[in-house]
Amino acid sequence: MLHYIIRRLLIAIPVLFGVTVLNFFIINLAPGNPVDMMVNPSATPEQLAMTKHALGLDQPVWVQYFNWLGQLIHGNLGFSYQTREPVTQILMSHIGPTLLLMGVSLVVGYLIAIPLGILCARKQNSWIDYLVTGFSFFGISVPHFFLGLGVIYVFASKLLMFPTGSMNTLGGDGGLIDTVNHLVLPVLVLSTGIAGNMVRYVRSSMLDVLGKDYLRTAKAKGLSQFIITNKHALRNSLIPIITVIGIDIPLLIGGAIVTEQVFQWPGLGLLTIQSITSRDYSTLMAINLLAAVTVLFANLLTDILYAVADPRIRYD
Amino acid sequence: MGELLKVDKMKTEFQTEKGTVTSVDEVSFDLNEGETICLVGESGCGKSVTSLSIMHLLDRNGSISEGSILFEDKDLANASEAAMRKIRGNEISMIFQEPMTSLNPVLTIGDQLTEGIRLHMHYSKKKARAYSIDMLKKVGIPRAESIIDEYPHKLSGGMRQRVMIAMALSCKPKLLIADEPTTALDVTIQAQILKLMKKLREESNTAIILITHDLGVVAEMADKVAVMYAGQVVEETDVFTLFDNPKHPYTLGLMRSIPHITNPDDMRLESIQGSVPSVHNMPKGCRFYDRCPHAMQRCLEEKPQLKPIEDKQSHSIRCFLYEKEEQDYENKKKAKEVNS
Repeated sequence: MLHYIIRRLLIAIPVLFGVTVLNFFIINLAPGNPVDMMVNPSATPEQLAMTKHALGLDQPVWVQYFNWLGQLIHGNLGFSYQTREPVTQILMSHIGPTLLLMGVSLVVGYLIAIPLGILCARKQNSWIDYLVTGFSFFGISVPHFFLGLGVIYVFASKLLMFPTGSMNTLGGDGGLIDTVNHLVLPVLVLSTGIAGNMVRYVRSSMLDVLGKDYLRTAKAKGLSQFIITNKHALRNSLIPIITVIGIDIPLLIGGAIVTEQVFQWPGLGLLTIQSITSRDYSTLMAINLLAAVTVLFANLLTDILYAVADPRIRYD
Repeated sequence: MGELLKVDKMKTEFQTEKGTVTSVDEVSFDLNEGETICLVGESGCGKSVTSLSIMHLLDRNGSISEGSILFEDKDLANASEAAMRKIRGNEISMIFQEPMTSLNPVLTIGDQLTEGIRLHMHYSKKKARAYSIDMLKKVGIPRAESIIDEYPHKLSGGMRQRVMIAMALSCKPKLLIADEPTTALDVTIQAQILKLMKKLREESNTAIILITHDLGVVAEMADKVAVMYAGQVVEETDVFTLFDNPKHPYTLGLMRSIPHITNPDDMRLESIQGSVPSVHNMPKGCRFYDRCPHAMQRCLEEKPQLKPIEDKQSHSIRCFLYEKEEQDYENKKKAKEVNS
């Protein structure tokens, strides 16, 4: 197992390298450049050229890439073209809110989806099954910006139950209750999608398992339905569930771009949009790199969890 | 030997999209303590449904609609789920046909063995484990101490069936239902498993319902045999009578279709012409009518009943051909009652 993990980590290095190459060149293919966004409109062409030269943006793209890579290897993600702050510092200040938002959304989504999925499978083709399946289609299909604006309109604007956006009340002294209050609506939007997706996987995976011979054996032992479902059946239907969790984990970092924008949540998603509109390439590269690392890590974690859930899966 | 189980005119129905389907109809047999009865018949004749009905392990759309299953004076046909949970695995346990899929792949052998023991015998974790190891040794599993922590996929089919047997017998059930326990195994392993079951039967005095379509297994294991055809018991008798003096035309057909070592090399085996009527379209009279060489007009219209013909060993037949014998037995029984 350890051998396998080390090998997977080593494979991750060239993959990450490839990701940086693609990222860097695709970003540089985009029209516009950071200098256009940072100087005042009345600047002379000489001043522009000077700024470009100062930032190294007048060099060929591949030279820029190797400069950037050289710094990266030393752990330096560079400075934001926009705010002149170190990128590492910017990331650090945005990662917390995103982890909080997405962590809560994933947990809420799963806590809703897993029991409902099991219930649907146990009561296949009943009214509750149809109802949940209907809601799950809604959750998967409805765009986040639309649902987001909808809940803001209803719960924030009309009913005045929750704030329309941001993470803490402006000028307030923060605090847990204030944050929770701000969390409710974006979590509602995000967990609707997460649960809608997960419930279908749990349902179909449970349905698959419920017809298996070993569940009849378990019943023939005199076990209660609760133990049969939650010990014998659920553990066997974990593989598809783990797969979905593995796909969901990268959302922790970059998943909520639209929702964070709608709710002005000060996380990585909002930062991504800001970096794109201001052509802040160094920040954007860092976010992309972080997302890539998370995806690779989540894939590895998924494979390890497979082996934990199913003893027939062994890596050696 | 007291009577343990009496199944009387049990009928099992399934609700399907095409309407109600009767899978098993008027199945009757009885079983004493420590006795082994074999249910034989071709695929789809309702052997498995009969056993699953006794255990209430039918799929959700199936249920017993008529008849009774008396197990030690409790009627299992109408027992609640909670009552059945106390009986399953404890007083009646079951072994299935497919050892490869009957064990839960993600739980260790020990997990699965101790579960029932802790539930029914209320042993502590440690005691249940020690007892499980004993049970594994009893069914002939080598290195039981380490096998108990293994997962099922590390074991061969024969080993898994031994584990199933250990599991089924761990709570000392009074009745063991074995649904084709050797069908999925190769011949040498079959012989080992049958030998093991015989040994355990002698040690524990457990009654067995053995479902099989292998008459070789019947000869090896059975005290009594119930031959089933199209959801009904057509003949019930002891094993010697069945092989020496079978009566029902279907049983006779079955017997003629077994190869025998004294047959000439070029002899062709007989087969029963035609096929089993579908459950959606059961004949009104005798269900074997289409395929029976002795079919009469009466068989088409009237339903034959399962009736005894002899009193020494009980021998019951569902066929009009033996009406005279059945009548004789009836008369003798009456005469006896008058005398006494």
